[in-house]
Amino acid sequence: MALSTVAPSAAAPDWPAALKDATITAAIALALGIFVSGFRTFDQGGLKFDYLIVDVLVACVVIFVGRLGLTLSSSAPVATLGLGVAALLAAAASFAAGKSSFMPSVFLSVVCAGAGLLLVIRGGWALAGRSGGGAQAIHQGGSALSQAMRLAFPWLGAGLFTFAVVMPFLPFADQRVMDLAILILTYVMLGWGLNIVVGLAGLLDLGYVAFYAVGAYTYALISTQHGLSFWVCLPIAGMMAAFFGILLGFPVLRLRGDYLAIVTLGFGEIIRIVLLNWIDFTKGPDGVGGIPGATLLGHPFAETAPEGTTTFHQWMGIDFNANHRLIFLYFVILALAMITNFVTLRLRRLPVGRAWEALREDEIACQALGINPTNTKLTAFAIGAMFAGFAGSFFAAKQRFISPESFVFIESAIILAIVVLGGMGSQLGVVLAAVILIGLPEWFRDLGQFRMVSFGLAMVLIMVFKPGGLIAHRDPTIRLHPANSRSGGR
Amino acid sequence: MEYFLQQLVNALTLGAIYGLIAIGYTMVYGIIGMINFAHGDVFMIGGFIALIGFMICVVLGLGWAPLAILLVLLLTMAFTAVYGWAIERLAYRPLRGSFRLAPLISAIGVSIALQNYVQMAQGARSKPHVSLVQGGFNLYSANGFDVRVGWLQIVIVVVTVALMAGFTLLINRTALGRQQRACEQDMKMASLLGVNVDRTISLTFVMGAALAAVAGMMFLMYYGVIDFFVGFLAGIKAFTAAVLGGIGSLPGAMLGGLLIGLIEVFWAGYFSSEYKDVAAFGVLILVLIFRPSGLLGRPEIEKV
Repeated sequence: MALSTVAPSAAAPDWPAALKDATITAAIALALGIFVSGFRTFDQGGLKFDYLIVDVLVACVVIFVGRLGLTLSSSAPVATLGLGVAALLAAAASFAAGKSSFMPSVFLSVVCAGAGLLLVIRGGWALAGRSGGGAQAIHQGGSALSQAMRLAFPWLGAGLFTFAVVMPFLPFADQRVMDLAILILTYVMLGWGLNIVVGLAGLLDLGYVAFYAVGAYTYALISTQHGLSFWVCLPIAGMMAAFFGILLGFPVLRLRGDYLAIVTLGFGEIIRIVLLNWIDFTKGPDGVGGIPGATLLGHPFAETAPEGTTTFHQWMGIDFNANHRLIFLYFVILALAMITNFVTLRLRRLPVGRAWEALREDEIACQALGINPTNTKLTAFAIGAMFAGFAGSFFAAKQRFISPESFVFIESAIILAIVVLGGMGSQLGVVLAAVILIGLPEWFRDLGQFRMVSFGLAMVLIMVFKPGGLIAHRDPTIRLHPANSRSGGR
Repeated sequence: MEYFLQQLVNALTLGAIYGLIAIGYTMVYGIIGMINFAHGDVFMIGGFIALIGFMICVVLGLGWAPLAILLVLLLTMAFTAVYGWAIERLAYRPLRGSFRLAPLISAIGVSIALQNYVQMAQGARSKPHVSLVQGGFNLYSANGFDVRVGWLQIVIVVVTVALMAGFTLLINRTALGRQQRACEQDMKMASLLGVNVDRTISLTFVMGAALAAVAGMMFLMYYGVIDFFVGFLAGIKAFTAAVLGGIGSLPGAMLGGLLIGLIEVFWAGYFSSEYKDVAAFGVLILVLIFRPSGLLGRPEIEKV
């Protein structure tokens, strides 16, 4: 929360300015937190509230110390180090004291420990830099690391793919791991689909989950009402979603970037509201249940076979194991995702793929060159929607139950965050981002609401500090001057 | 006829609330050309601060309604304005000059963070609130149907009109307003001529947040209930209002707010209340397709 960044100088630290700055920062934090965090309202025969003002005040003190330490880190690293150690000691004392701690909550102790750690690292870093050599060595180490990264880069994709193929047979792959892996792969596929729209064509789509919903409901309704199998419905769901993409995209794709974002958001909400209220057709908020699962060559994954079929384990002559279904689903979504990836990579080399990237870079120049922007954007929109439709019908087949609850705006935001964090246009980045954004929060479910707060803050921080994403790939796939060119790829 | 009049009264009240939020969108878009996606959540924060402010008034024994409302109004505006300032400073200012979609994505992040912060701090259940202003009078009575106007509705419309007048004066007559209009036209030139651009933009966010805070307080008093999610829909509808009126235009925002209020209330009153949100989104899409510059806006020419 820099009000005025104190100029970095090795000269004497400007204590009054630093103190003033830290005081103002703490005061602002107090103003932000005092009402919303300081009084916890609850409903108990009329609305009442608890006072949590002490919590807010302690948080402000931590912020004061942290801000002071950060400001001084360049001019007085020893002071930063000292403040960091003090914060760590305070946190340690609070943990040691347990329930009778002077800290009002465990959460604040954790925050205090984090602040202390940050200050110690910053102070230590600055001290190492001042004593010379240290920072340079670190810098050299960093560049060597990035060199190694660059060399390993082409193999990283292949390595990850191999890992993904053998993963289900590794010893740690129990039911929980497989469930998580399927979830991550679903988001990888959605991310790759949205990457076509956002990363390649540069169209910000905030209603992507609508196409996911269309795919899911197409499969759910056709299979429960007409008894068609997953493999027949899969292409239908994809076509249906692509059709919706064209239907929605046609009127609005002439709009400028941020208008388009809001309109797609509106469309996403309209689809959800229709699903919620068209009760005769979609069963409304109750959702569609009893959706048949996917079958392997007509053999369902179940303990006992329905009339006239043999189950997978009978067919193979092995014992029934609930994990077989998960492993099968895992390979289905892996295949679907890899198809998405492959199609995207090939499309980038076709004229239409080139046109997408060109359109992203300069729309007016494209028009001058005779590219029809609306049609070109429409293809990106429709193809992206189609993959969301595939993913949606997979989702319905896996969950066996869907309701409009699964297709809210936050899902669109998460998919967009995956694409953005991965570095728009980068295929490998999407995988890493999906593992980070979907995998980590699933492991940290206990954090509850704080998970989503940090999710939102992470989106802001990425935009501020690393707008290119984890693996920046904003470069066009080809350039006129091959000296600068980098081959497009994963 | 009576039913129509009653709906009209309700629509004007709702429209005033949307108009107040829409001004925040329109001012920010006018000056830095970004959609402040988190504005709806600032409105929600304003509602919560007002709720807690009223409860503190009750604890302190401030029973006299006009004084309590005035106090809470000022307090809500001041503390919500800090949110507006902090959001701009932390999430948008570092991104000035980044690629086009960066601020919008950052704004979505702020929106998610604010919603979940409030949910974390205050719980997910919606909070009831008994308004200090009760009662009203019959405007018109025929065929056994009374057209009622609540005192609260009058308070809402009067406060809105007063704030609108104040802000129009501020933009048209004061030095700050001149600086804002200068930044809107040409930020670089304005900074060359000695306008503190950062400060002007910060103040724009502060003003927008203060107006959203008033809207949040009115919303709380009018509906008597608030939860962490109200900002999302209200924000989108207010954005629709800003676009409908012509984004960048202050009177346009107010006009758009009234129209969206009318459309929503009449749609719910005469067709179906389930699909009233679809009506608002539909209007947004139609306006953007057929008249992207809005009713009172200037057409935007994209330069190379």
